[in-house]
Amino acid sequence: MVPEPEFESYYGRPILKQPTWKTPDVPLYLFLGGLAGCSALLAEGAAATGRPDLERVARLTAAGGAAAGTVALVHDLGRPERFLNMLRVFKPTSPLSVGSFILAPFSALSGAAAATEVTGRFPRLGRLAGVGAAAFGPPLATYTAALLANTAIPAWHEAHRELPFVFGGSGAQAAGGLAMLLVPCDQAAPARRMALAGAAVEVVAAETILKKGLVAEPYRIGRPGRLMKVARNATTVASAITVLAGRRSRLLSAVAGATYVGASLATRFGIFEAGLESARDPKYVVVPQRERMRARAAH
Amino acid sequence: MGSLWGRLDDVQGDAGYGSPSEHPPRMGFFTDTSVCIGCKACEVACKEWNSVPEDGYLLTGMSYDNTQELGASTWRHVAFVEKPLDVPAVDLGMPAMGAPDTEGVTWLMSSDVCKHCTHAACLDVCPTGALFRTEFGTVVVQPDVCNGCGYCVPACPYGVIDLRKDDGRAFKCTLCYDRLKEGQTPACAQACPTESIQFGELTELRERAARRVEELHDRGVDVARLYGADPDDGVGGDGAFFLLLDEPEVYGLPPDPIVTTRDLGSMWRHVGAAAATLVGLGVASFLGRRR
Repeated sequence: MVPEPEFESYYGRPILKQPTWKTPDVPLYLFLGGLAGCSALLAEGAAATGRPDLERVARLTAAGGAAAGTVALVHDLGRPERFLNMLRVFKPTSPLSVGSFILAPFSALSGAAAATEVTGRFPRLGRLAGVGAAAFGPPLATYTAALLANTAIPAWHEAHRELPFVFGGSGAQAAGGLAMLLVPCDQAAPARRMALAGAAVEVVAAETILKKGLVAEPYRIGRPGRLMKVARNATTVASAITVLAGRRSRLLSAVAGATYVGASLATRFGIFEAGLESARDPKYVVVPQRERMRARAAH
Repeated sequence: MGSLWGRLDDVQGDAGYGSPSEHPPRMGFFTDTSVCIGCKACEVACKEWNSVPEDGYLLTGMSYDNTQELGASTWRHVAFVEKPLDVPAVDLGMPAMGAPDTEGVTWLMSSDVCKHCTHAACLDVCPTGALFRTEFGTVVVQPDVCNGCGYCVPACPYGVIDLRKDDGRAFKCTLCYDRLKEGQTPACAQACPTESIQFGELTELRERAARRVEELHDRGVDVARLYGADPDDGVGGDGAFFLLLDEPEVYGLPPDPIVTTRDLGSMWRHVGAAAATLVGLGVASFLGRRR
């Protein structure tokens, strides 16, 4: 047991403001962005290699995820009717501004690709839109890491190197997992590989964050800690099933896929809520900053 | 895109206002807490002048502080800290009335405010451009542009700006932008009876503050120190800085804030690397066995 660090505070009150971002809107958006972005990749691969069932599911997931994610984001605004102000300026210093300029074209392109998939009209234009969506997909799945990290919240900011890999891996895991759930085994091989590889990237990056001492404590304890543990265990179970039975059993492939999706959701909620905890307790601000000052003074 | 980190001598120039001769000097606050008497005139004047709505009426038990913290509807906040006296009281040259019930107690009072950072995270992360740098070097929200995304709230290393719940938009101290444009003093500084809140050109205030610390040290007040006055600190120095009589965290201030955008380059590089990894991972998923 590590002893509680001693520090001074103003009546134990937080130094930082609690993020006003709502649950489930924002963590759900983090999840949907990853799911949609990686599904667009999966859709283009499926189209290129002639896997129509996989293509259909992935296209619809990309479009649906982007649409639902946009709704969640707009709903989170204090003034939802002003959501178009997000496109008023382009600011590389604001991941939310950059993200709006990723999400807007991604939604349009993935929506167009899904519409032609469903209606069967203008298939070549649809394919072109799909290629565009696939280009915006990976940035959509990873920029949200900068969105959280570019804040003063210690648990998020100090994880800024690893979070993009956690989110990217988690998105691949979700997209692969959902396709495993909905696509017959003989077309789902790429989905299985994507989920497995995404899971590996996510677990390694997340474990690196968890080792970061006091700033990472919110990821290890309390409700966010439990969510992170559930996510890791679910990912491990899903990966084991995928490796052992993913090719042969439609049922087990679906179970593993659903478990991947659940794990990705738990990861996003865990990371989001760890940030809220990190803002709530002044020790996560004062103690690391004091250590930083001591280290600087020692030089 | 202006500079994101480090020393910056012409903050308005960096924001596009041209050379120093083309814009007014940078204006700011020097809050000398050693002469604050905790009257809260600043809080009241700010509320009145800026038509800031009430922020709840709670009795907190935190000494005389029922205001609690800065927020969307509290732009000046007087902190009160009562600490048991373990050293002889030092004469600060204050009027000798004394505060009630101060037997054996050191009583710290400090009027907190938005720091109007040189590198303002709230401004840099704002996706709509609602937050902007004024010609006076201050940081102001345009309520007609803000869409209440809330990004500025967790970005602020001091926990200053917040969304007003019933309104949905973000609000904070404007350093009385309207009054500055008329050549007037901000309402809080105007109302302060002890000149604890001093308003003026930032360069001049920094010199004045350095002299004041020296004077207090000469009088044996070794605990006096400046907070936010150093242009080489983690936010490039504050436009509103303080003279404190204890560690910053005792007043609810972060001891060593660093603006998040210092690491912006690293963040985008890592996002780029992760996105490239996903592309590779996507391509690799379609190689190998068909089933």
